[in-house]
Amino acid sequence: MRVSLFVPCFVDQLTPKVGLATAKVLKRLGHEVEFRSAQTCCGQPSFNSGQWDVAREAAIRALEVFRGAEVVVGPSGSCVAMMRNFYPELLKGTPHAAEADDLAARTFEFSEFLVKKLGVTDVGAKFAKKVTYHDGCHALRELRLKEEPRQLLRAVKGLELIETDEGDTCCGFGGLFSAKFPMISTAMVQVKGGALARTGADFVVSSDPSCLLQIGGWLSREGKPILPLHIAEVLANDA
Amino acid sequence: MSDARSDIFARIREALKVKAPKPHLKTDANPGKTSEVAKPWLPDGGETADASLAILSEQLAKLKAVLIRVPDQAAAVKAVAELASSKNWKKVAYHGHDLLRPVASGLSCETWEADATFDKQRLEGCDAGITTCESIVAQLGAILVSSATSGGRALSVLPHVHVVVAEASQVVPDLGSALALAKARHGDQMPSMLSFITGPSRTGDIERILVLGAHGPKELYLVLVG
Amino acid sequence: MSDSKAIFLKDAAVNAADGDQRAFIRKALGGYYTNRDLQKARYRDWERARDAASLAKWSAVNDLANVLEKFTANFERNGGVVHWARDAAEARAIILKIAEDAKAKAIVKSKCMTSEEIHLNDALEKAGYGVVESDLGEFIQQLRGEAPYHFVFPCMHVKREAISELFTKHLGTAPTDSPEELTMIARRHLRQLYVDADIGITGANFLVAETGQISITENEGNARLTAALPRIHIALSGIEKVVNKLDDLSVLLPMLATAGAGQPMTCYNTLYSGPRKKGECDGPEEFHIVLLDNARTRLLADPEQRDALHCIRCGACLNVCPIFKNIGGLAYGTTYQGPIGSVITPHLRGLKQWNHLSGASSLCGACTDACPVRIDLHHHLLHNRRNAAKESPTLFDRVFHHGFNFVIKRPWLFATGGRIFRATLPLLQKLPLPYMGAGMKTRDLPKAPSQSFRDQWKHQNV
Repeated sequence: MRVSLFVPCFVDQLTPKVGLATAKVLKRLGHEVEFRSAQTCCGQPSFNSGQWDVAREAAIRALEVFRGAEVVVGPSGSCVAMMRNFYPELLKGTPHAAEADDLAARTFEFSEFLVKKLGVTDVGAKFAKKVTYHDGCHALRELRLKEEPRQLLRAVKGLELIETDEGDTCCGFGGLFSAKFPMISTAMVQVKGGALARTGADFVVSSDPSCLLQIGGWLSREGKPILPLHIAEVLANDA
Repeated sequence: MSDARSDIFARIREALKVKAPKPHLKTDANPGKTSEVAKPWLPDGGETADASLAILSEQLAKLKAVLIRVPDQAAAVKAVAELASSKNWKKVAYHGHDLLRPVASGLSCETWEADATFDKQRLEGCDAGITTCESIVAQLGAILVSSATSGGRALSVLPHVHVVVAEASQVVPDLGSALALAKARHGDQMPSMLSFITGPSRTGDIERILVLGAHGPKELYLVLVG
Repeated sequence: MSDSKAIFLKDAAVNAADGDQRAFIRKALGGYYTNRDLQKARYRDWERARDAASLAKWSAVNDLANVLEKFTANFERNGGVVHWARDAAEARAIILKIAEDAKAKAIVKSKCMTSEEIHLNDALEKAGYGVVESDLGEFIQQLRGEAPYHFVFPCMHVKREAISELFTKHLGTAPTDSPEELTMIARRHLRQLYVDADIGITGANFLVAETGQISITENEGNARLTAALPRIHIALSGIEKVVNKLDDLSVLLPMLATAGAGQPMTCYNTLYSGPRKKGECDGPEEFHIVLLDNARTRLLADPEQRDALHCIRCGACLNVCPIFKNIGGLAYGTTYQGPIGSVITPHLRGLKQWNHLSGASSLCGACTDACPVRIDLHHHLLHNRRNAAKESPTLFDRVFHHGFNFVIKRPWLFATGGRIFRATLPLLQKLPLPYMGAGMKTRDLPKAPSQSFRDQWKHQNV
């Protein structure tokens, strides 16, 4: 299959290794991977801030960027939810509505693509570490993905998966929310980050790199001995 | 100035000119008879009388209500008398009903047919109130009392203990059946109060810690005959 | 910035920093989660039961005029008196008039959030009536002179020591740290008040059109007593509480209890159809219902958010909301706290003043999943944000988002900007920039890589 990568803007700039790992896993499974460099941001910050006219422009650009792509795969539940669920809502009643629905049907979150579209759970990864999993809210509640990433992690050789209490609790990121209401966002990551740290895992793994920015940022500031890691990075590890 | 009623109706009619879509549903549930549509999805109330009784007994235990099963009327009289003497009740109010008069006669303490001469101050001073009921919902452990068949509104809630004497045949599987039965029995002459009682009165208002007997009865007994 | 937003920001910051209080709230909710899950497990299909509950409300709300007409006709046929109030002031005036006509002195109330909404107690007290809240939590909040913290668990934030002190001060009772004893103190104190009151005021959870009955859900028995002993019963209800059929309650009552309190049913679910009937020994001589609009029709006129009128006030959305759990209920400054409050308050009290509540959400969606009647809560927060941006755009937001858009619609500018951003990140973190400064106060950013993804991809794939 020819996979067109959808790399979130902040992954592009701040954690490019997540994008590279995603490509590596897909290539290892025998797929052709492309990156269309006209892509930038999906428009979610503006959408979530109520600036739907601005977000609509971003959505229309994304339709153009990914026009003709066989499948679009992104390593972020949040950004994929934007394309899958919110582009159709944004473009409802416009001439772009049909194309938005079409793109939504061709766009997948990384773990969803592997498990549900390709039917693969064992990607041949090795990772002899204790990890705990953080469900990003968009993956969990907008895309309804809960078991898929866990199935992938359980198939990784040597990996021990530990669940947390506060399992489905939000990390408090919420995009600009974390900066507009920093006190609430911090209180939330104290709850979530505290629970993750209590598991005694070496790594907190998630399919959402934005949550990992928030959780990792707090864990780092608090000096907790648990590191953030994207699920693609775990699955890319085969040595 | 137009009156409030017509104004509000005008606002409603104006607002509803634009239709709202149906909610996002997991199923294509039809808006038929709610209890029938939803029956297979709600908690089980039992398909047979025995199954219902088993569920009822389990639910009541969880609610901290006490179920006393007796074979016949005479045994019911005895059971309530034993309860009264073990709890040392001094004053007991009861609903004037053929099923309950023998029960009251069997008590050695002061008894009072509360619905004959209602007196709220006197009722407040009673240790226990004894009533019948309309039906009993196995699914939820709920007992349906009414102002018509349970000695008014206060008897089942003001005394510190509530005792219900009922026939086992009054047990229905689920809430939908109890509501349907009440409608069939009373038609458009519903008693002014129908109340589903699900365990003794309780509160969790202080630190979400369960305390029984908030304002209503601290203890609830269901004496089931047959 | 609106006053309500300034107060919110201040209170939320104070509460979010109070780790002890937050832990107390989480602990208090712990038992609820356990019991809710136990009860939900008894449903043979909770998700489909939610469909049925949602449909029952949807069909009534979307036919509101007809259903209300049917309800009021049947209510009157049963001997009750119907009053209509366009707004809070009218509702207060109606209730004051009933009290005046009855020459009432003492009024006992059971829990009624609609009465909080119209500030009824203040009005009654100013007119010289003694008013007592009989629900334990409301009674405690009334003594504290504080609004309810949570519309189902009004005093869940108050520790037992504080309640003991409160009772000692107001009721002269000996101090105790036992919740049971504290409950019994209130029980003893309130019992005589029910007996003496002339008027009992309750809310209503459902109005049944088919039979003209009102349904009241409670646990303590205080609503039962309030509607049994005083000479006059007044129920105050929003117009959206109506359902079509008695049978609808077969789904709504258990789900309200399970979602709201983790119970199979609450202790008392009572249907009232009029004053004392011929042949009945007790009950009020008069039964009034005050049906309140107070901007509910404004919400009704928005088909996108009309489902917010399905709300059965179970409080499940508050109980799972990480915002509520971390800032507490009082910070909202609203009658209805939590996600449902953030959704409806802008409609009831003005978008400009109350949109900040819709902003104060990470949009995690836990509320929407918890809602037994499937209100699309967290998406409505987005809808409020959109409506507010359109109705009263702020210059900062317009500049920020258009500026951002200017960059992201030009991939070369995005790439160049990104390069500069990464190179100067250590410096930027020290500047008081909007958003970043606040974000960085408690969290670190990862070390910026020297090359972006797009740069590395280009090198790998040449």
